[in-house]
Formats: sequence, structure tokens, C-alpha cells
Amino acid sequence: MSTVISGSEIAVGLGKQFEGSILNTHDNFILVESQKIQEICSHLKKSPKFNCVLLNAITAVDYVEFFELIYQMTSIVDNKTCVIKTRVFGREEPSVPSVVSVWKGADLQEREVFDLMGISFIGHPDLRRILLWEGFQGYPLRRDYLEPPLPYSWPHGG
Amino acid sequence: MSLHTEPVVVNIGPHHPSTHGVFRMRVTFDGENVQDVEPVIGYLHRGTEKLAEERQYSQVITLTDRLDYVASMTNNQAYVLSCEKLIDIEVPDRGKYLRTIAAELQRVASHLVGVGFFLAELGGFGGTALMYCFRERERILDMFEMLCGARITVSFMRIGGVFQDAPEEFWPALRKFLDEMPGYADELNKLIFESEIVQARTKNVSVISADQAIDASLTGPILRASGVPWDIRAAQPYDAYDQVKFDVITAQGGDNFDRFWVRMLEVEQSLKIIEQCYRDIRSGPVRSTTSLLFRPSPGEAYVPIEAPKGELGFYLVSDGSIAPYRCKIRSPSFISLTLFKEMLVGWKLADIIVSLGSLDFNMGEVDR
Repeated sequence: MSTVISGSEIAVGLGKQFEGSILNTHDNFILVESQKIQEICSHLKKSPKFNCVLLNAITAVDYVEFFELIYQMTSIVDNKTCVIKTRVFGREEPSVPSVVSVWKGADLQEREVFDLMGISFIGHPDLRRILLWEGFQGYPLRRDYLEPPLPYSWPHGG
Repeated sequence: MSLHTEPVVVNIGPHHPSTHGVFRMRVTFDGENVQDVEPVIGYLHRGTEKLAEERQYSQVITLTDRLDYVASMTNNQAYVLSCEKLIDIEVPDRGKYLRTIAAELQRVASHLVGVGFFLAELGGFGGTALMYCFRERERILDMFEMLCGARITVSFMRIGGVFQDAPEEFWPALRKFLDEMPGYADELNKLIFESEIVQARTKNVSVISADQAIDASLTGPILRASGVPWDIRAAQPYDAYDQVKFDVITAQGGDNFDRFWVRMLEVEQSLKIIEQCYRDIRSGPVRSTTSLLFRPSPGEAYVPIEAPKGELGFYLVSDGSIAPYRCKIRSPSFISLTLFKEMLVGWKLADIIVSLGSLDFNMGEVDR
């Protein structure tokens, strides 16, 4: 079985450099400041201690007061998984640094989060809607999303 | 003297038979050479993640069938495993074995579809190879019909086990399949290996290096074809995979041929796994006594599985109500498209279609 690295272990591994940006540690995840996410991910990927070369998934959850972004990453060599969480506040223009420069695999996933949750990723090379069409109003996976009346929901006829 | 040419933008799809459903590419050609390519997806987006938020946990199983519709069993499996982790229940042994058998049969079926279309897209074989593949897939679908009454949208797996025990006629049919399938696989191999078309058209085309593949989060046969021995069945076993022995298939080239060849070899390994499950399965209950309606305590669960196309997992967030608060689908096909441009730029029009076939993605899962 794989092991999920505990939050406190990740905190120790991240060291003094990121001490101030760790908000909370838990049995199987660590909560960090959103502005530092790119540097922390980069550190986890490059440091031989974690070696998290494979980004499994980026998940966004809407808790209404804030958005939670969950980054799951795996070390293929050690068969260990790290889970990093971060919280993004504000519903108008929430944004976090993009991790595309760390993993190319974040490209489509960040576009999907932007498309369905409306979180902007600063530094993403090509942040556009991906599953829905350009010009779609709103972000459907948000908890407060309401479908607009029919004539406006489809671009041509329908 | 070279001929002056100008780039032309061509739309391929969404209604094109070789695009595996409703996939559209905006390709910039210079003559026949690909200069730029952009995948345009979303034509099959049904909002499965949103739909799941307003259904009870057990009702979401039928939605998962419609994700990767050529591999419904493994979709069911990924979802119920996450649910089981969320409410912390144990599945009876017979249930685990039945799931493993069903999932491996599904892997064979999915790989046959992938390989069949890949060969059909090479053009040289037209329908022959595809029909060979579909003939065997048909037998697997017949077995699924015995298990649960459905062929494609199976909904066979339930939270805590499987829908019901396999009927009596299932076991002789499985035995017959296990005896005959290696011969049919050989037949297919001969058809392919003796063909110059396959070798010439696919070797060293659209190469993905191991580093590129890992960096782009690719999983499944695509990653293994680039030489990375990463298989979740072996690394993080679920269901009965810790009870069986099998090899993780890898290839070194990372080209179209290797991606296709890894799938052919994985069919053999799947048969090996089914054989061991057939031998080891014991009688007993197939499902733990869990009610259909339950309220998990607030928390989160994610269990990745090795679906035929790569790592599939459902990230479930519970707020203590009867429906998932959030149900994120980590779909392998969607992420397989990350390296699409890098794979195709510099190759020719005819290679696009073949490379698409070698990725073996499914639009139901890409668009969700």
C-alpha cells in the first residue's frame, strides 16, 4: 500500500523557508497559504525527500465562505502521496498562482477549475474556458450557481 | 527550389468517425505538415460532477457508467471504492474477487476497442482487425449481461460489494473465454506483426519521453509505454489485486507502436489475473449489509484505481448529508490530452489520426 505523508511530516520537510506560510497540519494533508502554493509545489517536486514528480489531480471545492484547492501529488519512486490544500477567499475574482511551470499536467486541470469554479490561475499560459463555450455566463460548479432562463443559456437557438 | 506554401487552418471533427466521438481539432497545416494543433472539447459535457451533487451516494453509480462508456465497470469500481473509504466499510471477499474479475474483463474489452480502432485508423486493415477485436469484446459483453443484465451501462458494482452473485451460466462462459482468448490474441498479434504497414507507420511516430509523460501527469498504458513501471494495481492495490500476481508491462520507445503494444500485452496479464481469481474465488456473501441511503460523517475520500485508460479516481467530499457535497472526477482521458500538441506538431495529417488512436481516449470521460 502506498502511504500518505502526514501534514506534520510535510511541514518538517518544507523546513524554515516556508514556516510562515503553513497554516495548519493534519493527519493526511497540510494547509498552506495560497500565494505560496507554486513555490511549495516546486519544492515538493524537486526535493529528493519528497520527489513528488507526478501531479495526480487538482480539485476545487466551493465552501461558500472560501474555495479550497486540493493538490494531490505522488512520488513514483517511493510510492508516497502528498496532499496540499489551500484556501482562496473572495467570490468576485479569486486567484492563486499557477503551477503549470512546475507540472505541465496542471495545464488542462487548471483550465477546468477556471471554467467550472471561476478561480483564476496567475501565470497560466492559456487560461480560457475548456468544457463550456466562450461567452458562457457564470461558473456552474459553484454552490450558488443558478441556470439562466432558457433563451440565454445556449448561444444559437436550442 | 522550394515551393511557397501558406498555412491553412482546418477543422477536424467534431463529427468525424476517427475522432472517437465528438472531439474537434483546430489544426494549422503547412501543406501536409502539422504546424499547430489545438484540441477543442466540451461537446459531450453533461455536468456529471454537478449532477452528482444532487443525488444520493448510491444513485451516482449510474452516472459513472456514462463517463467512459467502453469501460463502465472500472468507473463503477472507482466510485464505490471512494464511497467505501468515506463510510469505512469492508467488502466481503467474494465481492472483491467478482469485482476484480469484472474489472479485468472490462480492461480486456476496453483495450480491444482501443487496439481495434487504432488498427482501423491505420487504414491498411480496414475492418478486419476491428472485427477481430469486436468479436471477442462481444463475448465479454455477453458475460456482463449474465452478471447484471446490461452490456454497456452495467452499474454492476454497489457500495459494499456487487449487485448480485454471478449466475451459474457465468462460470462456464468465463472458463471458455479464458481457454480461447489467448488463441484469438495470438491471431491478432500475427495479423499485426506480420504487417509492414503497422511497423512503418507507427514506430518512432509521436514519441513521448518518460520525463515528458510524468510531467504531463499521464498515467496508464501511455505512461508505461514510455518506460515508467507505474501501475496502481501493483503500487496501491485495491479489491483483490493484492491476492494476484501479474507483471507490470512497460515498453521503452514511447511511440505509437509501443502504446498499442503495451495494450496488447496487458490483455495477456489481465487474462492471467482473471485466471487466478477464477481459481481462488470462494463462496460467501457478495455484498456487505449497507443500507442504500446513508449519511457519511463529514470528510473526504479519494481512492485511485488503474482504469484501462489510466488513473481514475473520485474525490468525494461529504458534509454529512445524503448527497456528496463535491464529487470531482479525475479522468485519465482528459489529462491524456495535455501533451496533444507536443505529440503532433511536425507530423503529417495521416499521423494525427493514428496518434489519436494510440492515446485511446474516450470523449465521455474527457467531457464528463
